[in-house]
Amino acid sequence: MESEVLIEARGLTRRYGPTVAVDNLSLTLRKGEILGLLGPNGAGKSTTMKMLTGNLAPTEGEVLIGGKSMHDDAKAAKRSLGYLPEQPPVYPELTVDEYLRYCATLHGVAKANREAAVDSAKRDCGLTEVGSRLVGNLSKGFQQRVGIAQAIIHRPPVVVLDEPTVGLDPIQIREIRSLITQLGQNHSVILSSHILPEVQAVCGRVIIIARGRVVYNDSLEATRSDRFRNVRVGLRRAPEQSALAGIAGIKSVTALGDGLFRCSCAAEADPRDAIAEAATQGNWGLYELSAETHTLEEIFVELTSGDDVRSAA
Amino acid sequence: MSNIFNIARYEMRRIFLSPLAWSVLAIVQFIMGFVFINLLVEFANNPGSGEEFGVSDYIGGSLYGFATILLLLIMPLMTMRLFSEERKSGSITLLFSAPVSLTEIVLGKFVGLLGFIAAIVVLMALMPLSLNWSTDLDWGRIAAGLFGLFLLMMAFGAAGLFVSSLTREPTIAAVGSFGLLLVVWLINILGYNDSIPFKEVFSYLSLIDHYESLRRGVFDTADAIYYVLFSALFLWLAVLRLDMERN
Repeated sequence: MESEVLIEARGLTRRYGPTVAVDNLSLTLRKGEILGLLGPNGAGKSTTMKMLTGNLAPTEGEVLIGGKSMHDDAKAAKRSLGYLPEQPPVYPELTVDEYLRYCATLHGVAKANREAAVDSAKRDCGLTEVGSRLVGNLSKGFQQRVGIAQAIIHRPPVVVLDEPTVGLDPIQIREIRSLITQLGQNHSVILSSHILPEVQAVCGRVIIIARGRVVYNDSLEATRSDRFRNVRVGLRRAPEQSALAGIAGIKSVTALGDGLFRCSCAAEADPRDAIAEAATQGNWGLYELSAETHTLEEIFVELTSGDDVRSAA
Repeated sequence: MSNIFNIARYEMRRIFLSPLAWSVLAIVQFIMGFVFINLLVEFANNPGSGEEFGVSDYIGGSLYGFATILLLLIMPLMTMRLFSEERKSGSITLLFSAPVSLTEIVLGKFVGLLGFIAAIVVLMALMPLSLNWSTDLDWGRIAAGLFGLFLLMMAFGAAGLFVSSLTREPTIAAVGSFGLLLVVWLINILGYNDSIPFKEVFSYLSLIDHYESLRRGVFDTADAIYYVLFSALFLWLAVLRLDMERN
């Protein structure tokens, strides 16, 4: 059974005068999914997130959060939403406890549950120690944690995080990642990031945006799969390049120097067995043989720095 | 409704956590105290004036008349941060992403500001109150003056709140709302110029003319309604402005 759709965006377009920041972007997110939003600077990630959270009205298109339209029933839609913008929206003159209590109140947490909500949010974000300190006196990393705590305090079904791990130390990054993973089990999470390994570590699905358009939208499983196009071969006593190219399943060979070769494979072929066999027979001294999988980084670079992007820009 | 009060409660708390509010209160009280003592000495030295004007008229009228000028100067400072600072620091996003409407945000901030205004009114009431044990005061008259000050500050506050929603620089908001208030204040100058058509309209629209009768102890519903409508207009403009920002 398909789980319920929590975020649905249809044909979102946002123009700033003649500039089109986001162009006809659609996305759907189901319960229990963690979606990574990737893109080069200025691609429209933050604009998209602002539109999803009702901070910016789309020029065209509509957003549904938990089935409620952000345009027609904004209050109901926002009730199931937690949002951490690029800059944590904190009041420096309040203490962490006061601030989080206010956030809980604003998001309609009943008075009886407010303290418990504040406590659990503080625990999740590692803020228990600093509860009575002024937000303005905390370091950037701690303020970022307060921002995350604010987004999850009312345990919303949908959490939108704009670069949540900026300014955090490595240990805290790991904790926040595991928190996001944990949130992703019962909630839907959208997060944007520049850090590809982070997206790979926590997200189930990734959308890459370039120039305001979705250029890639697939589950991360696809990037982890066995599909590959290149095989890297290291030989101590390398033969002529043509000898390698002659092996069945190999389309072309590029020498990388020091006995390393990159063999690009014919479609759907796996020439690794054949290479190993040929290497043993020819006594080539095989020391490395690995498939170059299509990593997220390759996809990202390929899609966002292609010629069409540059010519359009 | 509860959203408005929740926002108002924290708004007021944040106002009173800032050193600005306390400095403003202290300076206002110092200047008003200075004027008050001056008026008192003057009144005591002119025993004849007590025949037509009682101490309540003399003190209440002059003191609160002077207060309007002081409040014109300080209210822009109190309203400048309301929206512009939140926009600058990005904390406005918290309110925009929470399940509260723009009207609730604007009214919440406005009600929070009214809390500060109430504090000023209480401080203003303390000075005539100190005379209560030595003389008979016309409390109705003083109450009308205080109520007038409250209405006047409410109008100043609403206009300042609107100007604050226009910009992200608190200082520009302060200068802008000071300018706006001064223009609406001085618009009655046009009323004295006979060559201007509809001059009565201009003098009626002026902020300060409506305070005159209240200061003299005459409570006219029309004056109160003027201030309420004035405030409502600017609060409504602030809501429109915030809505525009999203589009």
